[in-house]
Amino acid sequence: MPDQQQSPDLRQRVDELLASHDPATTEPSEFLGARFDAGLAWVHFPEGKGGLGLSRGRQEEVDALLEEAGAPGPDLGRNSIGLGMAAPTMVAFGTEEMQQRYLRPLFTCTDIWCQLFSEPGAGSDLAAVATRAVPDGDEWVVDGQKVWTSGAHNADFAILVARTDTSVPKHAGLTYFIVDMTDPGIEIRPLRQITGEAEFNEVFLSGVRIHDRNRVGAVGEGWKVATTTLNNERVAIGAGNDREAGQIGLVAERWRRDPSVRTAGNHTELMQWWVETEVTRLAGERLRQGLEAGQPGPESSAMKLAFAHQAQQVTGFALELAPEEGLTYHDWTMVRPEGGSFLGHGPGFRYLRAKGNSIEGGTSEIMRNIVAERVLGLPPEHRPDKGIPFKDVPR
Amino acid sequence: MTDLLYTDVEESLRSSVRSTLQRSLDEGLAARLYDEPGTDVSAVWQALAGQIGLAGLLVPESLGGVGAGPREAAVVLEELGRTVAPTPFLTSAVIATTALLAAGDETHLPALAAGERTAALVLPWTARRGAWSPVQGSAEPVAGALTADLFVVPTTGEGGVTSLRAYEPGDVELEAITSLDMTRPLARVTVRGEGSEIASGQAAEAAVDAALAAGAALLPSEQLGLAQWCLETTVEYAKTRVQFARPIGSFQAIKHRLADLYLLLVNTQAAARYAAGTLADDDPDQHVAQALAQAFCGDAAVRAAEEALQLHGGIGMTWEHPVHTRLKRAKSDQLALGTPERHRADLAGLVDLPAH
Repeated sequence: MPDQQQSPDLRQRVDELLASHDPATTEPSEFLGARFDAGLAWVHFPEGKGGLGLSRGRQEEVDALLEEAGAPGPDLGRNSIGLGMAAPTMVAFGTEEMQQRYLRPLFTCTDIWCQLFSEPGAGSDLAAVATRAVPDGDEWVVDGQKVWTSGAHNADFAILVARTDTSVPKHAGLTYFIVDMTDPGIEIRPLRQITGEAEFNEVFLSGVRIHDRNRVGAVGEGWKVATTTLNNERVAIGAGNDREAGQIGLVAERWRRDPSVRTAGNHTELMQWWVETEVTRLAGERLRQGLEAGQPGPESSAMKLAFAHQAQQVTGFALELAPEEGLTYHDWTMVRPEGGSFLGHGPGFRYLRAKGNSIEGGTSEIMRNIVAERVLGLPPEHRPDKGIPFKDVPR
Repeated sequence: MTDLLYTDVEESLRSSVRSTLQRSLDEGLAARLYDEPGTDVSAVWQALAGQIGLAGLLVPESLGGVGAGPREAAVVLEELGRTVAPTPFLTSAVIATTALLAAGDETHLPALAAGERTAALVLPWTARRGAWSPVQGSAEPVAGALTADLFVVPTTGEGGVTSLRAYEPGDVELEAITSLDMTRPLARVTVRGEGSEIASGQAAEAAVDAALAAGAALLPSEQLGLAQWCLETTVEYAKTRVQFARPIGSFQAIKHRLADLYLLLVNTQAAARYAAGTLADDDPDQHVAQALAQAFCGDAAVRAAEEALQLHGGIGMTWEHPVHTRLKRAKSDQLALGTPERHRADLAGLVDLPAH
């Protein structure tokens, strides 16, 4: 709807930015810095923090105008955690000092962020994290092990959830921090995945010292802060895409280009997946319109479920569509990629990588529980750890 | 991108339809129609047509209607789908009315808009835009014909040109067909005599296609409402039905099935709103939207009804529980105005994914 609702004020701001910083000749990070200063990074953020205090939906207008002008955008592949999760969390809970220090370089992608949440014993049950943060003067001393940390090998900073109190039930004893990934005591080891790549890492924290000014939110309120982060993650999925933007687009393109893949059975399956993915795209669009109009969208957990299911099914279908090609693989060499990629490489990579879509960011099983309990109001699961101090929970 | 949400006006229309249905529709009526097909159901339509003007919803004010559009009609259909109400809204006020509007009729529409008469488009209930043939003497199975006062019939006129003609009840022979869904019973319709011409040639064909397109755009909303009823009813049941000393809704296996059903409905709603919205906007994507919604929502409503039945256990198989009336409507709706498979084939042509 940008063409219908364009505000002259926003357009003027974009024009001024483009006039003072020609996208064709300006370094991308410099351009992004100027865009941040103009309040056009996230228009729904407060003024002085990359925003203008407008509604979230207005960002679309800015993005469309900048794209039209060929302006560089922030690198979503490399810094998705920083842009999608760390930034909104800092705006909601961070101190003024923290916002001034971190938001701008985060947006220009001078600083890359990762997320130290999951642990070997706390994946979908994120509130069970055992990494401890113990106060020592103005600092906290952190010890523990994190896992499935995508992009840790490229990251300058991390958001961290750690346990600061074991004498209270698990959700109450967590605190949220910002960690400098170059600090002593941090060891990052690649975690090779089924694709052959090491997009993820294990991160070992031994006696890492974090100053208290890098605490986000109050001591013991880490769960509340982390929930904001995770909600932002789920909102980001599926909304605002074009038709055939995802895996189905690659399959449809192949179908149009190559008549040799066209069999009756394949056509039936192709059209079923085309319909499902298009309908889910519309549901994502409906969710986006609802958020823009200020309507809460419990559908976001459901969207993630649909996205994972379709990505997995469609990538599997793509191998069957061109079986000779499906038997090959682009490269098994272990690499540590700069950013995550669902659509890159060959069909074999996409098939294998999509298996993670129903696990990362909350498994599909957990998403179904969330929908069943929070959206449909069904009775909760039996919870043996409820109300028990964390130290007494059998683990 | 068309607006996929509901406006305040639509929500207020929804609550009027819902409360009128609560007052005028006896909950056991749907099941009774299978035992007593001759039951007089006209009071329900009289209440909806008379009290809130649904008969003329799509008819311009100049012809005595309300002058609303497809978005509003979609919301009405959601409510009618929830209750499987035996009314001619879809067949008369949407499909036949659209044919007359597209043909530029001014003779018949005022009586339809006033709710004094209802009309039926005489074509097999499986017809879809671009895939129908003029009626040669008789057609079956036709929906909405048994209670109609006006029959809008595409026939072959002089020189083999398509002619859209109006027939009065005296010129038509009706034979009721025992239908899978007796809340929207079907009939064999045989026309005698000439009737009167409404449109001829390309105008006649375009009018029929417009009517079938409106049906394809709005039937998904009926399917949405039906599916939502199935989910809500089943969720309530799962919260209260106790087995093994626990509400069955606390079992993860049940929760996950209901969560999946919710996801299906989120998608169904998006598809149905998109089809209604693009028709209202006369958006160039409207035919894609219609085929998409028909391909998706028909299967979704059937699955919702089948899941509702299964999760109600033995009680779901009984005549006393209303879920069977929803299953029968859902399965019939899936076949109506083109099956999902046919619409996927149409869609393939529209989005350049050829079969061969």
